Amino acid sequence: MLPSESSVATRRKSAGWALMGSELAVLFRRRRTWVMLAALALIPVLVAVAVRLSSAGSSGRGPAFIGQISENGLFVALVALTICIPLFLPLTVGVVAGDTIAGEASLGTLRYLLVSPVGRTRLLVVKFVAAMAFCLAATIMVVLAGVLIGAALFQIGPVTLLSGDTIGVGDALLRALLIAAYVTVSLLGLTAIGMFISTLTDVPVGAMAATVVISILAQVLDSLPQLDGLHPWLFSHYWLNFADLLRQPIEWSSFGSNALLQLGYVVVFGALAYGRFASKDVLS
Amino acid sequence: MTEPAVPTRLAIQTTGLTKVFGKQTVVNGIDLRVPSGSVFGFLGPNGSGKTTSIRMLLGLASATRGEISLLGEQMPRQAQAVLPRVGALIEGPGFYPFLSGTANLNRLDSADRFACSATRRTRVAEALERVGLTHAADKRVHAYSLGMKQRLGIANALLTPRELIVLDEPTNGLDPQGTREVRNLVRSLTAEGTTVFVSSHLLAEIEQMCTHAAVMRAGTLVAQGSLDELRREGQARVRVLTPDAAAARRVLAELGLRPDAPGGGMPGGTSASGGGSVGPESADAGGAAGHPLDGEVVTAPLTAPGSHEEGAESAAGTADGAYGPAPDVIVAALVAADVRVRGFAVERATLEDLFVALTGEGFDVAQ
Repeated sequence: MLPSESSVATRRKSAGWALMGSELAVLFRRRRTWVMLAALALIPVLVAVAVRLSSAGSSGRGPAFIGQISENGLFVALVALTICIPLFLPLTVGVVAGDTIAGEASLGTLRYLLVSPVGRTRLLVVKFVAAMAFCLAATIMVVLAGVLIGAALFQIGPVTLLSGDTIGVGDALLRALLIAAYVTVSLLGLTAIGMFISTLTDVPVGAMAATVVISILAQVLDSLPQLDGLHPWLFSHYWLNFADLLRQPIEWSSFGSNALLQLGYVVVFGALAYGRFASKDVLS
Repeated sequence: MTEPAVPTRLAIQTTGLTKVFGKQTVVNGIDLRVPSGSVFGFLGPNGSGKTTSIRMLLGLASATRGEISLLGEQMPRQAQAVLPRVGALIEGPGFYPFLSGTANLNRLDSADRFACSATRRTRVAEALERVGLTHAADKRVHAYSLGMKQRLGIANALLTPRELIVLDEPTNGLDPQGTREVRNLVRSLTAEGTTVFVSSHLLAEIEQMCTHAAVMRAGTLVAQGSLDELRREGQARVRVLTPDAAAARRVLAELGLRPDAPGGGMPGGTSASGGGSVGPESADAGGAAGHPLDGEVVTAPLTAPGSHEEGAESAAGTADGAYGPAPDVIVAALVAADVRVRGFAVERATLEDLFVALTGEGFDVAQ
């Protein structure tokens, strides 16, 4: 009895970064994560190849940027992000966020984590930060794949901004990263919603599906002019407003209001997730 | 609050622990007392509330009512401080199938903020070695058999030195060798001073490993104590081998015992008679002409009628007055009544007898 007791007593409490590292390792060592990232990377590739094959006629169809791809490969990244934002990004984020707690519950690992012990609040925070990391990885993946395939199939040069100014390639890449940051922030509200739903069930697929459905629902509501008053409160409202980052000087107001809105969602649904999870009986 | 007044320190103590799901009371006011350093068997049929109790002990589920003290600390308030001293296997192993055994243990160990990260690699390797999984350490858990997963679960409980190890059905899915290894493991843990709390519905397992036990039935604790106390509490039986069965029954009845009906009405009587004895009718009819070792087996519970119920509810080791007449008195009475006693035995109740007596028989015991 004595040796074990003394060794327990002398053990120091660590800051707990090990769990964060472990969480990221589990997330990014999972094949599913890489399949989703690869699928996202495939979209700019498809866009670029399609434009390349039909580049003869740059007709007026599709988003405004598409025609510019053949002139400057950097636009592949922008077009791909625009295509991914309404469906593909919410889909992958829904999978990761919906899996946070319900996935652990269904594997039976949740009870072992909790008796390790991981405090429930700490687990939620770690899970949310890991899901944030996935949002960032997903958007970066789209931008990166877009830039690379754009450089491979088209020429790359200085970019003419919406304000008419022209910036160099290096600056343009910085802008692309800035847009990736904007989209990442845009997805945080949905991530918080997904995590809250994940605390409600032991069936991860259900939580994932519900999260994706909610993201689509929000966009549908956002497109109904009759619900004008509701629009600024929808987490998807600013999703496509990153064009302001393509002006000189940069127009930060949409970044700010988007970040504030997402923060609001994170606080509300984070609190709901905490309220639900902190007192939940873990019976899985 | 701890209670230092208790002579033996208690690793687990609950008072009136109750769990209600909706309208169903799954655990109904149990008072567990698990002495430090014991191997404590937690018995009960499936669905009797064992796993729910364990989940409450470990803070996974909240108690509807009642107090829990784990290693002298209040649960769940002190969970973060006390749980690092507790290793657990709860209702089967739970692992990430896409990670290797080593990676799984690394992850669970990194979740414990008191676990030293510098020694993690060696501790994980040692734990795997201890359960004989070194050869499969780098295989994905997906490829593990149920028994291997079970062992990995036990390895997880052994990652750091623990004062208490809770094993819920530890031998589920294990082959006989694996079961034996678990028993040896439990023994070596006790030798190190660890308290081991094992839940099981396998009586033989408990009987071989444990020093103490508690029995659950439909959410209530119907007995607890050391194994000796529990055995003493169970019904001992007298077993008389005689050609004069009818006379023997009469004598036993006169002594206040309740002998089994002729023809082996009691299940204990038939099973005890074994293959050696012949059919009762022929032996009785043959009288003195039979082989001197032949005869009918007459059995009777040695406990005085009615006293058993009372004994089961209070803690074990209650008054000896619960027993009927002493065995020597019975033999004397039989001989005095000219019963030819060809065999006489007092059979101590096995844990299984006690278990069945306390929890009922058949599949419908857990409502």
